[in-house]
Amino acid sequence: MASEEETKTSSPVFDAEAASCLMKELRGTFIAGKTKSFEWRSSQLKSLLKMVEDSDKQICDALFSDLSKPEMEAYIHEIAMIKSSCKLALKKLKDWMKAEKAKTNLGSFPSSAEIVPEPLGVVLVISAWNYPLLLSVDPVIGAIAAGNAVVLKPSELAPAMSSLLAKLFGKYLDNSAIKVIEGAVPETTALLEQKWDKIFYTGNGRVGRIVMAAAAKNLTPVVLELGGKSPVLVDSNIDLAVTARRIVSGKWGCNNGQACVAPDYIITTKKYAPVLIDSLKHNLVKFFGEDPLNSPDLSRLGHSNHFARLKNLLDDDKLAGKIIHGGQSDKSNLKIAPTIVLDAPEDSLIMNEEIFGPLLPIVTVEKIEDGIEFINSRPKPLAAYVFTNTKPLKEEFVSKISAGGVVINDVTLHLMVDTLPFGGIGDSGMGAYHGKFSFDAFSHKKAVLYRGFFGDAPARYPPYTPGKLRLLKALLDGSLFGIIRALFGFS
Amino acid sequence: MCASNKQEAMNDDQDMRRSVEELRRTFKSGKTRSVDWRKEQLRAVLRFIQENEDTLFKLLQSELGKHPIESYRDEIGVVKKSANNALNCIDQWVSPKKGRLPLIFFPASRKVLPEPLGLVLIIGSWNFPISLTLDPLIGAISAGNTVVIKPSELSPNCASFLAQVLPSYLDRQAIKVIEGGREVANELLQYKWDKIFFTGSKKVGQIVMAAAANNLTPVTLELGGKCPAIFDILPNSVLKVAAKRVVSGKWGACAGQACIGIDYMLVEQKFASTLIEELKKTIKRFYGDDVKNLRNLAKIINKGHFDRLRSFLEDPAVANSIVYGGSFDETRLIIEPTILLDPPLDAEIMNEEIFGPLLPIITMDNIEDSIEFINSKPKPLALYAFTKNENFKKRILDETSSGSVTFNDTMVQFVCDDLPFGGVGQSGFGRYHGKYSFDTFSHEKAVLERSYYFELEPRHPPWSSFKLQFLRFVYNYDYVGMVLLLLGLKRPSNS
Repeated sequence: MASEEETKTSSPVFDAEAASCLMKELRGTFIAGKTKSFEWRSSQLKSLLKMVEDSDKQICDALFSDLSKPEMEAYIHEIAMIKSSCKLALKKLKDWMKAEKAKTNLGSFPSSAEIVPEPLGVVLVISAWNYPLLLSVDPVIGAIAAGNAVVLKPSELAPAMSSLLAKLFGKYLDNSAIKVIEGAVPETTALLEQKWDKIFYTGNGRVGRIVMAAAAKNLTPVVLELGGKSPVLVDSNIDLAVTARRIVSGKWGCNNGQACVAPDYIITTKKYAPVLIDSLKHNLVKFFGEDPLNSPDLSRLGHSNHFARLKNLLDDDKLAGKIIHGGQSDKSNLKIAPTIVLDAPEDSLIMNEEIFGPLLPIVTVEKIEDGIEFINSRPKPLAAYVFTNTKPLKEEFVSKISAGGVVINDVTLHLMVDTLPFGGIGDSGMGAYHGKFSFDAFSHKKAVLYRGFFGDAPARYPPYTPGKLRLLKALLDGSLFGIIRALFGFS
Repeated sequence: MCASNKQEAMNDDQDMRRSVEELRRTFKSGKTRSVDWRKEQLRAVLRFIQENEDTLFKLLQSELGKHPIESYRDEIGVVKKSANNALNCIDQWVSPKKGRLPLIFFPASRKVLPEPLGLVLIIGSWNFPISLTLDPLIGAISAGNTVVIKPSELSPNCASFLAQVLPSYLDRQAIKVIEGGREVANELLQYKWDKIFFTGSKKVGQIVMAAAANNLTPVTLELGGKCPAIFDILPNSVLKVAAKRVVSGKWGACAGQACIGIDYMLVEQKFASTLIEELKKTIKRFYGDDVKNLRNLAKIINKGHFDRLRSFLEDPAVANSIVYGGSFDETRLIIEPTILLDPPLDAEIMNEEIFGPLLPIITMDNIEDSIEFINSKPKPLALYAFTKNENFKKRILDETSSGSVTFNDTMVQFVCDDLPFGGVGQSGFGRYHGKYSFDTFSHEKAVLERSYYFELEPRHPPWSSFKLQFLRFVYNYDYVGMVLLLLGLKRPSNS
C-alpha cells in the first residue's frame, strides 16, 4: 500500500492542458492502429483477467475500505462478474470482430455487402462508487474488446478502489492505450472538454445531463447508465418464503440497497401487506441478525453526504409513524439499518427520489393490477420486478411496464445474464451493455458495399426517359417481372 | 412584432402544447402498440405516396429542380421500398428474441422484447424533403411510437404539402406534422421526447443534442461531412461505367446537395487528365454544356446557399483551379457542374462540406496515399473507392473510418435495407434503414422469468466460506464441483 501513496503524491494536477496531452497521446496510439489488432485486444483482456485474479485480496480490501462490502458480495457482484465478463469476451472476440454478411437487393445487383465492426477511437468511461470495480472494469472490457483506446475515470467517492485501479492498470495493461485518471469534479470537467469518440457514464441523472451536454459540443455519442426507482410488484398467490428471501437479498444483500437495480419500493395489496412484511422482517433477522448495524454482512453507506441524504429521507415529517421496521442509524460508521416504511405518502421525499440505500417503502393498493398504473405514472425505471404466479398479470406487467429490464419472480438477476442487454430507458438512461452488447456499444458498424462494373442499370442516369422511370420503379420494388417488362419496353 | 403576430405565436404555442399532449395520451392508451395499427399506418404512408406521386414530382421539380426520375429514385421510390419492406418484415421485427440460459439460472427463461420508446420527434432536411422525413417515419411507426414530424422550412412547399395532406391519410391522434422555422424548432426542442431523430448540419445537430441532454433524450444525428471518392487507375473498359457512377454520385442527387454525395476526389497525378476528360464527356451527355440550358440537374435550394457556393470560388487560387464549368445562372439558381483540379488544400472548399455541384479533384503521387489524406480529416458519412486492387480495398476498410464504404459505385448503399445507414464521429451517430430503423425507435427490453423451484441458497446472506466456494463453482459453471460441495465431498477453501 505504501507505493500507492507515493504515486498519488507525485502525480501533478490534472487540468485542461493535461487532458489535452493525454488525448494527444491516446489519439496517437489509436491512429497508429495498435489497438485494432485481435492480438492486442486479447492480450489486454488476458492481462485484465490476470489482474483481477492476482488481486483478489487487494480488491476485497479496497471494497471493504470504501464500503465495508462483505467479502462474499465483493466476490459475487464484482470479482466474479468481471472474470466471467472477461472470459466471455476472450471466448467470443473472434466472432464479434467478424464482418456480418448483409443481403443486397436487385437495385444494386450485382453486389455484395457486409457490416464491419470497427473501433470508435478514444473513449472515456466514467464510473460510480457503489460497484467501483464492476462498473469501472466491465465497460473497459467492452471498450478494449472493440479495439478502442480508453480512459477510465473511477469515482473519487470510492478512493481506495480508485487508487487501486490506477495502480493495477498501470502495472498490468498497455499504458499507451489504456489509462486511469483519478479525480473529482475539476478532473472530470477537464476530461469532458476533450473530444471523445464515446463517453460511457454510470451514475445519476443530474451528472448524466452534464455529461451529455458536454458531449453535444463535440457530437460525441454517449451511453448513460443511470438509475431510477425500480419497483417490485408483489402478488398474493406466490411462494412467500422464496419471494421474501429474494427481495431481502436483492435489496440489502446488494451493497445495502446502493445498487442501480436494487428494488426501490414494493407495491402489494392492502390485504397481503402484513403477511409480506412479516416474512421480510423474519428474513432480515435471519440474514443480518438482531443488531444489523453491526452485521458483517451489510455494506455501509458510501459517504457522509449520502448518509445525510438518506437520513433526511427518513426524518421527513410525512413519514411520522410509518416506519415499521428498522430506522436506527450510526453516523460515525455511516450505517443505517434495513428499514421498512409502510404507506409513505405519495408526496413524501422517499417516494420522489431514488433511494439508493437500505430504506424500503411499501405502497399498498386495493387491487394488484392498480400497481401497474402506479408504476406507469412515474418515470421509467432501470428495472421492474414482479412476483406472481398469475399468467395474465405477468403478461400485463411485461407488456405495459416500460423499464430497462423486467424480471419475473426474482430481482436484480438479469444483470448477470450476458445475453441480455443491460441499460435504461427514459430517465433511467440510454444505451446498453454486457456481453456482445458491450462490444457493440464501443463499435461502429460500418456498412460496406462491393460492386462490380457489370450490370449497370442505365435507368439510374440521365438523360431521363419515361422508360427509365418504369425500370427504376421495378428495380426498387424488387420485381423481377417488372424489370423484364420495362427492359423490353412493355407496359 | 406587432400585437396580432404575438397573439398568433402564442396560439401556435398552445396548439403545439395541445398536440404534444394529445400524442402523449394516444401513446399511453396503447393504441400504437398494436401491430395492426402499425401496418395500417404503413399502408397509409404507401397510399399517400402512391396517390400523390404526380403532385410530389411537381413539387420537387419546382422547389429543387429535381427531374421526376431523380425524385422517384431518391425520394418516392425509396419511401415505397422502405414501407413495403417494413410491412413484409414487421411481424418478425416485433417478435421477442428468446434464448437459452446457463444451467445455474434453471428454471428460468429470457427474452429480449422490443418496445416502442413513446413519443418521438423527427426533424427533416430540405434536400430530400420527402424521403428524409417519411423514411424515418416508417421506422417510428413500425416500432409503435407516436410521432411529430418537423419538415424543413427551407423547402416550404414540400413542408406544407406534408402538413396538409399527409395527416389525412394517417391517424391524426398519433402522428402529426408541425411546420415552422427556427422558433418552432426551438420550441419543439423544449419538450420531453423519447427520441429525437435529426437529419441536417453539424451546427444544428449540436443544438439538438444539447437540448436533448436537458431531458435525457436519446438522439440519432444524421449529419454529413466531406465524402471522398478514391479513383484508382482503371482500364478503359470500365472507365466509362465508373465515370457515369461518379457523375451520378456527384451531380445526380440534388446537384450535390446530398449528405452522401461525393465531396471531393482523389486520383493519381498521371491519371487525372484521363479521368477529367471522361467526366467532362459524361457531364455533357447527362446534363448538356450550356449553363442556360442544363437538363436533369437540380437547382440550388436558395439564394443564401447559392452565394455560399459561389463564395468558395471567390478565392483566386480556387478560381484558377477550375478545369471545367464554373458558370452560374443566378435567376434559376443553377450552378454548372464544376470540376476543380488541385485547389489549395487550405482553401475553404477543401475544409467545409461543399454540398453543391463543385467537385475538387486532388492529385497524389500514389493512390494509396489517399488513406492518409482521408484520415487527416473528420470521419465522413460515406467513402467511395473505385479500384480493382483487392489489397488496396482491404487497406481502405481496415485503415479508414466512415459511416459506410462503397466500392466501385456511389449512392447505392442508401437503398440497401440490410445495410445500416448512419455516420460516425463528425458525420453523426445512430443508424437507420430496414430493421435498423425499427431498432432506432425501439427499446430492447430485457425480460427474465424465474420460477420458485430450486432456490440457489448460497445467493443469500448470512455469508459463509461454504457459500463463497459454491459460488466460485457456479461462476465457473463447474457443476461437478457444486455437487461435490453440496454432498460434502469437497471442503470449502478460502483462497
